[in-house]
Amino acid sequence: MEGHSNNIDLEMEMKELRQTFNSGKTKEESWRISQLKNLMSMLVEKEDQINLALKQDLGKHPVESFRDEVGPLIKSVNYALKGLKKWMSAKKADLPLAAFPASAHLVPEPLGVVLIISSWNFPFGLSFEALIGAIAAGNAAVLKPSDLAPASSSALAKLINSYLDTKAIKVIEGSSNVARVVMTAAAKNLTPVALELGGKCPAVVDSLSSSWDQKIAMKRILSAKFGTCAGQACVAIDYILVEKKFSSTLVELLKAAILSVFGENPKESNNIARIINKSHFSRLKNLLNDPMVQASIVHGGSLDEDNLFIEPTLLVDPPVKAGIMIEEIFGPLLPIITLEKIEDSIEFINSLPKALAIYAFTNNEGLKKKISSGTSSGSIVFNDAIIQYVADSLPFGGVGESGIGRYHGKFSFDMFSHEKVIARRSFLVDFWFRYPPWNDHKLHLFRSAYNFDYLGILLIMLGLKRS
Amino acid sequence: MDVSVFHPMAPGPVVDRTAQNVERVSQDLRSVYRSGKTKSVEWRVSQLKSLLRITTHYEKDILEALRSDLNKPELEAFSHEVYGVSSSCELALKELHRWMMPEKVKTSMINFPSTGEIVSEPLGVVLVISTWNYPFKLSLDPVIGAIAAGNAVVLKPSEVAPATSSLMSNLLGEYMDPSAVKVVEGGVPETTALLEQKWDKIFYTGNGKIGRIILSAAAKHLTPVVLELGGKCPVVVDSNIDLKVAARRIIAGKWGCNNGQTCVAPDYVMTTKEFASTLIDALSSELKKFYGKDPLQSKDLSTIINSRHFDRLTKLLDDEKISGKVVIGGQRDKANLKIAPTVILDAPEDSLIINEEIFGPLLPIVTVDKIEDCIGLINSKGKPLAAYLFTNDEKLKEEFVRNVSAGGMAINETSMHIAESTLPFGGVGESGMGSYHGKFSFDTFSHKKAVLRRGFAGDADIRYPPFTPEKVKLLKAMITGDILGISRALIGL
Repeated sequence: MEGHSNNIDLEMEMKELRQTFNSGKTKEESWRISQLKNLMSMLVEKEDQINLALKQDLGKHPVESFRDEVGPLIKSVNYALKGLKKWMSAKKADLPLAAFPASAHLVPEPLGVVLIISSWNFPFGLSFEALIGAIAAGNAAVLKPSDLAPASSSALAKLINSYLDTKAIKVIEGSSNVARVVMTAAAKNLTPVALELGGKCPAVVDSLSSSWDQKIAMKRILSAKFGTCAGQACVAIDYILVEKKFSSTLVELLKAAILSVFGENPKESNNIARIINKSHFSRLKNLLNDPMVQASIVHGGSLDEDNLFIEPTLLVDPPVKAGIMIEEIFGPLLPIITLEKIEDSIEFINSLPKALAIYAFTNNEGLKKKISSGTSSGSIVFNDAIIQYVADSLPFGGVGESGIGRYHGKFSFDMFSHEKVIARRSFLVDFWFRYPPWNDHKLHLFRSAYNFDYLGILLIMLGLKRS
Repeated sequence: MDVSVFHPMAPGPVVDRTAQNVERVSQDLRSVYRSGKTKSVEWRVSQLKSLLRITTHYEKDILEALRSDLNKPELEAFSHEVYGVSSSCELALKELHRWMMPEKVKTSMINFPSTGEIVSEPLGVVLVISTWNYPFKLSLDPVIGAIAAGNAVVLKPSEVAPATSSLMSNLLGEYMDPSAVKVVEGGVPETTALLEQKWDKIFYTGNGKIGRIILSAAAKHLTPVVLELGGKCPVVVDSNIDLKVAARRIIAGKWGCNNGQTCVAPDYVMTTKEFASTLIDALSSELKKFYGKDPLQSKDLSTIINSRHFDRLTKLLDDEKISGKVVIGGQRDKANLKIAPTVILDAPEDSLIINEEIFGPLLPIVTVDKIEDCIGLINSKGKPLAAYLFTNDEKLKEEFVRNVSAGGMAINETSMHIAESTLPFGGVGESGMGSYHGKFSFDTFSHKKAVLRRGFAGDADIRYPPFTPEKVKLLKAMITGDILGISRALIGL
């Protein structure tokens, strides 16, 4: 609900946050640790409440909720608690001999008051991953969860209010913004921005010969599409690229895997999430409206608007100009594009904007190298998908249209920090030729100094050398 | 050469041609980038070597252009600009192979077995918009980073320093690869046309007002941006110090750097009421040694860049609110665009000179009762690009470092920290976003791609539905790293 009174409330909240930050409280290591520990308690004690909210908003199975949201958050809080002291400490920087005597350090400091605008598909995961980084780095924060996931949004607000320091961390509910609008607004205040966006994440599937490899690959592909929020995930596999000669095998393998993982009646299986709302349901329905797209469906395709459920759907070679191949699908429709040679996948991928992730299922080292060096994306994963999301040591973020900035693990801490340079000198030892009035003699000394020609300096100063 | 010089004052059709030309430039660069040419190590090395050659062979012409644009003393021009650029080239050539190497990372048990690494790749086609006060260095330092990282690049030098702009356009046009490194000269119409195109990164050095315009334009294309801006860099001067050395370093950082027209130059000094006159005496005495009794005659001071900035500065000086408060200098020569090193004592809070970034040879001294009060006063203004402290008091140093936020800081020194290639140079808050110098330049023009490799062996079925209670137990144990829990779950307890 927007309104004049809301704006006044927001002003007051912002003022309080600034005061809290300026008091220095959030900079204290003890405060950061206590907030992170409280967050951990919340995740452990209120797992059921979180699962319930996700079931209400998205129809997520509690195991999927744990695997994708609560679980990774527990891991991230632990990682931050373990690493915090080291992350907060000053790093010594090397200074070359010419700067002697001097020392320099890099000191991370919080930015101040930060705003986190979250999304509806992993409402807890995406909100708290960023919040962990903001808190670890010592900031005060405002969290704006997505109104498209109202149960989660409301649960989030309640949980934060009971577990965290509300003078430093606040939740604002209301209607959403989109990336370009956010960045434009931030421009007015010279606010640095991280944008975690999406794109069409391709999965290149090579002709796998071993039946074991095939079985594993299929499971991983399905899990990364239909098994993760019904494909409504920024890192979900959007479409597949495969060589023509392997494509019919691939389709059969996928169909068999869908049967074994989701059963005869996927809707009843309770293992696939719902589409978030009617508006997105219509969007997905429209992608299938095009008659040529309809004709390319080889499995699934049934829609249940009342229950917001779409069956896992496979398509082979829908037209590349159709909406389903231009927009990010963000749903359980999986187009399979066939190519003459698997290497052609590189050109195909490059014809679309840079994606958040590229996946390639292959044992061919040469192909892996070609894909990695021939394309650009937020990340690349070989022989699996989505799991880069839980790797603390890898930066998670996009490039180009898929986003700006990165986080997870220490990268979250860095994202919400300013790395301040501190250089120290003593009053001893000043090169007298540093100061004007200038003359050629001083210039020659400078030239020697910059070439680290100390002997030369000595000789010039002793009058034994001219340049 | 592909791109001709546009006269910024010409109206009408030139603007349309500008937009078309700029679009063509952007498209040409994109096709060249797509060909993969700029990614190869050989190309990057050859371009860096060409830049180094330009800097060493044409040193005389560069110094002349800087003398023409800014009346920059030869020694300043050499050490700040020419040497600055040649050392950046040399560093990049020496370190390029190491910078380009992927960084291996440890991966966790959840993804076992797997290997991970972070790979640096170029962003694509980038735009560098430069400024007038260090026109050579601030144009080419970012370009060095862009090239080292494997990008195609457009450089838009500042039209306010026309001799240097024109020289760079000629030299780069002749010695660099014109298909991937282009210079677009001009003023507002050219910059506007450039900002309409899509770039993979924009690197801007200048002021906050234009910085906002650049960021808004970049938002339309979701282009990441580095903004190297400015601010009011404070110098806090404690009393128990080696005053002569401190005074010299303050003078060198202020008037010895383009006569105060430097983003990291000390903007104002803060000291205690009782120490102020001692400080002023020291400054006065050292200033005479550096620049003589009549500084307007000294050849060792840069002039003000143009009459617009001259007028801006004299307006600050002629502000009624500071009349009678000039304690050193104040002399000016409009015909030659010279202003003498000037110190003002206790300008009031609401005077112009206290509120605007000075960017010139005027130094206000603000006095406080206790030296510790400086910290609160500094924090009440926007975060500066640099903050300086002269003291021997360890406690004051710690408090300063902990409580003052700035792009960078130096204790008992001014400006020198930005000469170190091992330190990142950039602002925070109003003073900017992003950083560069040394490897930080390479990083700023790179995308750090995460790469995770797995095999098909060792797959845990528990990831996939159907979800049984046993799977749930094992999954929870694995994700939370609970070794005991994992063993129990595997055994079936």
